[in-house]
Amino acid sequence: MTGIQDVYRQQFKTTLASFIQYRASIFIWTIDRILEPLIYLVVWSAVARATGGRVGGFDASQFAGYFIVMMLVTQVTYTWVMYEYEYKIRHGSLSFALLRPIHPIHTDLVDNISSKLITLPLMLVAAFVLVVLFKPAFSPPVWAAALFVPALLLAFAVKFVVEWTLALSAFWTTRVSAVNQGYFVAALFLSGQMAPLSLLPHSLQVAASLLPFRWMISFPVELILGRLSPAQAAAGLAAQGAWLCLGLVMLRAVWRAGVRVYSAVGA
Amino acid sequence: MSQKSNRSDGVFPLPPKRYSCWMESSDAIRVRDLRKSFFVTERESGVGAALASLVRRRREEVTAVAGISFTLKPGEIVGFLGPNGAGKTTTLKTLSGLLHPSAGEVSVLGHTPWKREKSFLRQITLVMGQRNQLVWDIPAGDSFELNRAIYKIPSPDYRNTLGELTDLLDLGPLLRKPVRNLSLGERMKCELAAALLHRPQVVFLDEPTIGLDVTMQRRIRAFIAQYNERFGATVLLTSHYMADVEALCRRVIVIHHGRLLFDGELGALVDRFTAHKTIVIKLEDEGRDLARYGDVISREQGAVTLRVPREETPRVTGRILAELPVIDLTVEDPPIEEVIERVFAGEIS
Repeated sequence: MTGIQDVYRQQFKTTLASFIQYRASIFIWTIDRILEPLIYLVVWSAVARATGGRVGGFDASQFAGYFIVMMLVTQVTYTWVMYEYEYKIRHGSLSFALLRPIHPIHTDLVDNISSKLITLPLMLVAAFVLVVLFKPAFSPPVWAAALFVPALLLAFAVKFVVEWTLALSAFWTTRVSAVNQGYFVAALFLSGQMAPLSLLPHSLQVAASLLPFRWMISFPVELILGRLSPAQAAAGLAAQGAWLCLGLVMLRAVWRAGVRVYSAVGA
Repeated sequence: MSQKSNRSDGVFPLPPKRYSCWMESSDAIRVRDLRKSFFVTERESGVGAALASLVRRRREEVTAVAGISFTLKPGEIVGFLGPNGAGKTTTLKTLSGLLHPSAGEVSVLGHTPWKREKSFLRQITLVMGQRNQLVWDIPAGDSFELNRAIYKIPSPDYRNTLGELTDLLDLGPLLRKPVRNLSLGERMKCELAAALLHRPQVVFLDEPTIGLDVTMQRRIRAFIAQYNERFGATVLLTSHYMADVEALCRRVIVIHHGRLLFDGELGALVDRFTAHKTIVIKLEDEGRDLARYGDVISREQGAVTLRVPREETPRVTGRILAELPVIDLTVEDPPIEEVIERVFAGEIS
């Protein structure tokens, strides 16, 4: 086993063991992630029914499909690094990570993936129940279904890299909560979590596509719902790739500068 | 010596390498003219001051370390003393690569610490008595496994080291309990083991016995001595407990207000900073006035304690023995704790 695989394996065991200590909290957080799309689903289905069965190209069962897939995509892409780094940097616990001969992003990444694997079964059960209750309708072409997994993984990679980089703002300001709050509100609207992007005003749709938000969550949902042409899908994958590369470059630069600041002001 | 070497009148010509001593390759740690200042924003208390600080922040430069130099040989255990805020932790953090110094040169095992090269980080450790690296909710043994992977410790080495550390620290039953259920002392033992699994050659200990009871302090102290002996590690230790320093360190470095006050043997510290010795006398006739021999510090249970200038001690002792009906007489240095306290209080320098 190579060094990094060994670290990933051990970190997975550590996260698993820690999570087991917090079964109740994990359960509640997962319920939270199920409830949020469920609420939007119920609201938008009601709106669709009240306005003659359709809103902006979505009927009730298509909204069901959108938000159930959204729930699963959110499960794969969520991270909590922005909250975590505020604490780690302000309380100096990042120091231990800096003393170790490994980049801290590795342990954060495994920690994140581990937590998802642990809560995935509950998520799948919830998705199954929602499918039975809301009878979603979508039939993606085979090529779109095939591209869904790469798009989903890229979405996670872009979101993780962008949020990890933003989390490092804690190196410069002690009030990261404000940065976090601004980001989460923007993400709620622009990544399609609250409503499909096609329902937003045109200017916001453009903003969502120019910024990384669409590519972090909405894009794989649109893909699997069969709402994209092959050209749009290819452009989307290219946008994801571009954001990932840009994100990695930014991450590297911000990390270096941030550690320098951290080590200048007192770890 | 350095002043003489720097003279340019030709009597003491400069050596070809000015810092040939500093450059000596056998040193484990070399620090030259290390300085570190921080900018701290400050404001008065109150709403008005808070609003004013929104417009204009007042930043003040605080000097934590004001130019210190020292070297440590491989295998040395050195006590690093100073009151709170003297710059000890700042120095340790700089030496372990967490802080970027404002000026000066530092070399630890030939590396520049703040570059944080992996090959450097694998050879050092920093234990902070007031911080934890172990994962709170899981048994320490699981955190150890993670460290094994992170430090790429080969399995046989890991088993051997863990076995030795378990013996030395009596960790057996502790490794399977969640860290949060351990007592402070038990946790410190596990923290030490976690920090030493990769057998670092240089160990920085920042108050490793803080808050521990006397028995546990003694235990930790004995362990540090054994670790140093067994693995030949270089240890730089800060502590507020003089007992730690007396038990472990022949050499101490004292800093105060970021400056080096003393670097040498512990015994020499007392010589350097105390101009007095104490003479404790038991007399047949307890009531005598002894003020003409020295300052009477106390009279307890028939014993009189006198304070006498160091250089006069032999003469005064001779006189007392010749002139008084002495039952018992001892000459002592003042307790090291007291010396250090007075140095820090600024009474002596």
